[in-house]
Amino acid sequence: MTNKIFTKDEWTKALKGLSDSYGIFAPVKDGDFHTFKAINGGKTPDFDFQNTRLSAKSLIYPQSERMFEYSLDENAADANILNETPKDYSTRAIVGIRPCDAHGFSIVRPNFDNQEYRDPWWVQHFESTVLVGLGCNQPCSTCFCTSVGGGPFNKDVLDVLIYDLGANFLISGLTEKGEAFLNKAEGGKAADGAVIKEAEAMATEAAKKVRADVPTDKLKDKVINDLFSAPFWQDVAFACLNCGTCTFLCPTCWCFDIQDEVLGKQGDRIRNWDSCMFPLFTLHGSGHNPRDQKFQRVRQRFMHKLKYYVDKYKDGVQCSGCGRCVRYCPVNIDIRQVAELMNNY
Amino acid sequence: MIEYTAIIRDTAKRLFKDGKVDVFIGYKKGTVPMMNEPVVISDPEKADILYWDSFCGLNLCNYLTKRKDRIGIIANGCNSRNIVTHITENQIGREQLYIVGIPCTGVIDHRAVLRAVGNKEILDVQEAGDNFTVSGNGFSETFEKSKFLRTNCAVCTHRNPVIFDEMAGSPVKEQEGVEAFEDVKKIEAMDPEKKWGFFTKMVERCLRCYACRNSCPLCYCPTCFVDESRPQWVGKSVDPTDTMTFHIMRAYHCAGRCTDCGACERVCPVGIPMRQFTKKLNKDALEYFSWEPGLNPDVRPPLDVYKPDDYNGFVK
Repeated sequence: MTNKIFTKDEWTKALKGLSDSYGIFAPVKDGDFHTFKAINGGKTPDFDFQNTRLSAKSLIYPQSERMFEYSLDENAADANILNETPKDYSTRAIVGIRPCDAHGFSIVRPNFDNQEYRDPWWVQHFESTVLVGLGCNQPCSTCFCTSVGGGPFNKDVLDVLIYDLGANFLISGLTEKGEAFLNKAEGGKAADGAVIKEAEAMATEAAKKVRADVPTDKLKDKVINDLFSAPFWQDVAFACLNCGTCTFLCPTCWCFDIQDEVLGKQGDRIRNWDSCMFPLFTLHGSGHNPRDQKFQRVRQRFMHKLKYYVDKYKDGVQCSGCGRCVRYCPVNIDIRQVAELMNNY
Repeated sequence: MIEYTAIIRDTAKRLFKDGKVDVFIGYKKGTVPMMNEPVVISDPEKADILYWDSFCGLNLCNYLTKRKDRIGIIANGCNSRNIVTHITENQIGREQLYIVGIPCTGVIDHRAVLRAVGNKEILDVQEAGDNFTVSGNGFSETFEKSKFLRTNCAVCTHRNPVIFDEMAGSPVKEQEGVEAFEDVKKIEAMDPEKKWGFFTKMVERCLRCYACRNSCPLCYCPTCFVDESRPQWVGKSVDPTDTMTFHIMRAYHCAGRCTDCGACERVCPVGIPMRQFTKKLNKDALEYFSWEPGLNPDVRPPLDVYKPDDYNGFVK
């Protein structure tokens, strides 16, 4: 396993070099917050952030993605035939993704890639991407990754992990894909054992700063119908605006809607992020809506994350503890409290 | 404004005791600094969770729509004007409401506070009088509230509620001589191309989460035009044309109704200043019809009334 030390300037320079062989996406300061952007176009990455406002979800699973295109022109040879829209699967690297957001991909994966179904786009985007994580020295007060199977330096699905040592970065290759990426990076020098020890101690310290007491242990033993008909949902949902902030910012929300958009005789079949908060999400063709009330939609979000997923995949909750929904819910609905209500019910 | 908290709690308890309300709508203290959560209580025992400080920047009128019960609610100037609009538009009955008026000295712009501390995480906020102190890892700073007001609050001339059953305090002095539309005038002065560029850039980050629409008490249509599927008026992808269609249509639906409460901007997860749309319409309503929405429940809004003697020739 390669462990290299780069000064921060060296690393920024190395990324510029790497951008000849990889599409590099890294956090860029955009107004008040950081967002992942392609830096090949000359943008400067900025690794001085707690977390990006949006997770890197959209790089693997775009908010709007053209799946197919078709012609309605009867004279065309392929009239009314769906042709797959060409997609870019060239090798990319997401540099500076937080371990919680990377963990989010492994939580989402069983939905897009299982024995029954394989979503070709999600899987190919994911497999052509090198995940270069940046450990969290300073987790947010709303973080709870250690409560849900992660940690501020968790290596799950990461190919490379970066430790921020102040003036320098210690950069560790974790997988073959990651090693290949790191070996292409120019500059840096081999890290000695003392530095690695220092970094590991830092990681242990960081983990202690994260709230580890958001309870989810009893969720698997609860009866679905008991939780479903629990008396607290109306109270939990009262303030909810039914906006899509929580679901769109969430690294583990995956629901989508498929739409056809036609201009003249040319059509596109597009997959768009959808949200269980929206009434239209469940509106049937008959006009009936099984979740026509706000509290039903709020209940669905929490039941999916904290009970249905738990029962279906038997691998914990559908939450990576990034805390975005806690910080950015406009009305301060707090999943940590809802987890407690459900777990203790 | 934190001193109103105790008064609100006592008032709610008294209203329950006197059988004047079935429920009471207010805020409870948030789990994150600078955030508070709207709450409805029906149990007087729970009145002590009620809370108010200078970060209560949503619009509680949003929670009144079509309720059937008798409701106690707190309302500062802008929220009270939306209650008036709700009454005028038959979304709630005046007789159902017991309004506890909050004389408001403005809501703090949490984004401006974050900017002032270099976007470092704020772990605690304490409000005292005209100042507030925020602190986090390795820093603690005290600011004057008046320098951190949301831009809508900074130009507000209706800080005191316009409709109430009792007040939580003495009326505050209204601001005078504020120039409310300086930003709108700048945009008005742009040529069409520049204007389009300005608005296109303004909404380019939009996620179409609809938090702005949903936080707005004016948006109560059973099905919003963006949610219509038969026929579908607006595309669902994040195509810039569809996103702009949503924003412009939403704003126009608020014409002559918007109280500039600022909830839309408060809730936007990516910080879009969408009041730049509605403020222009507010300015037009003021200039063309001498109209400020929500000041009097007995006057019909200009855009839903026809007068044969209207001074504007084009309606005749």
